[in-house]
Amino acid sequence: MKDSNSRKQGAASPCAACKLLRRRCAEDCVFAPYFPAEEPHKFASVHKVFGASNVNKMLQDLPEHQREDAVSSLVYEANARVRDPVYGCVGAISSLQQQIDALQTQLALAQAEAVHMRMRHYSSSAECASPSTRGRRSHNHHPKSSESFWH
Amino acid sequence: MASSSSYNPPCAACKFLRRKCIPGCVFSPYFPPEEPQKFANVHKIFGASNVAKLLNELLPHQRDDAVNSLAYEAEARVRDPVYGCIGAITFLQRQVDRLQMELDASNADLIRFACSNVPLQATQPPPAGTRNGGRFYQAGGGVQISYDVPWNDIYNSHGGGMDGTN
Repeated sequence: MKDSNSRKQGAASPCAACKLLRRRCAEDCVFAPYFPAEEPHKFASVHKVFGASNVNKMLQDLPEHQREDAVSSLVYEANARVRDPVYGCVGAISSLQQQIDALQTQLALAQAEAVHMRMRHYSSSAECASPSTRGRRSHNHHPKSSESFWH
Repeated sequence: MASSSSYNPPCAACKFLRRKCIPGCVFSPYFPPEEPQKFANVHKIFGASNVAKLLNELLPHQRDDAVNSLAYEAEARVRDPVYGCIGAITFLQRQVDRLQMELDASNADLIRFACSNVPLQATQPPPAGTRNGGRFYQAGGGVQISYDVPWNDIYNSHGGGMDGTN
């Protein structure tokens, strides 16, 4: 009973990884902090795509404070690969790049139109500002005086 | 005379795994010997047997793309062991969000210009509740303004106003 508390973590509830691998979950199990027993699918997809020993090696190569982020990204990649065995998360990258291209095109069009509208606005303001220009119709008309249509 | 031209060098996978590269080797079409790093990365991240399993589950015409995407992911993971290619996804998603904000701002500017240029007259009201990359404005005082949005002609088919439907 005395040492049951210390061994509680390992013996009582194996992590999802050790459960799937059907092995004893040691106290210093590298998977246990990141693959809790309540989330079996998380390890299942990671194991299917990367393999338990590869994941073990990857985690061992990282300092502890980086392992949680690494596991999250591995889980994301593994799930993406399970959903799309051909492209995995590269499909998402490709889709995002297409979105960026489309947005850049739309933005360029909107900005060009803004310039166009500004020029129209300023030119119509200039016409309204000089009343002597009223009635001008011909493109070929040139003012005789020093007055100019465009200020 | 025996033909010496039929010698096929082992593929990068079999060379790496130090095994005989048999004629039906699942890796050889996709891991040529001239690209040893490609298989080295894939093997390090995914493992040879996982890759073989994955390829065997796909149709032959899908395998080339699958290998290329695996190679891309593996290289990204080797370069960034914490985030792999998720780092690229996060970066691209931020770019999308930034561009969308800029586009919304540009469209808002255009609507302001259009509203200030169009003379106030009660024309047909714009369709309610629609939005396409911009904001839906209504003039104060209860006067509906019909605004042409010349930068997006496909939305003008109903005679002006923003129609978010395709």
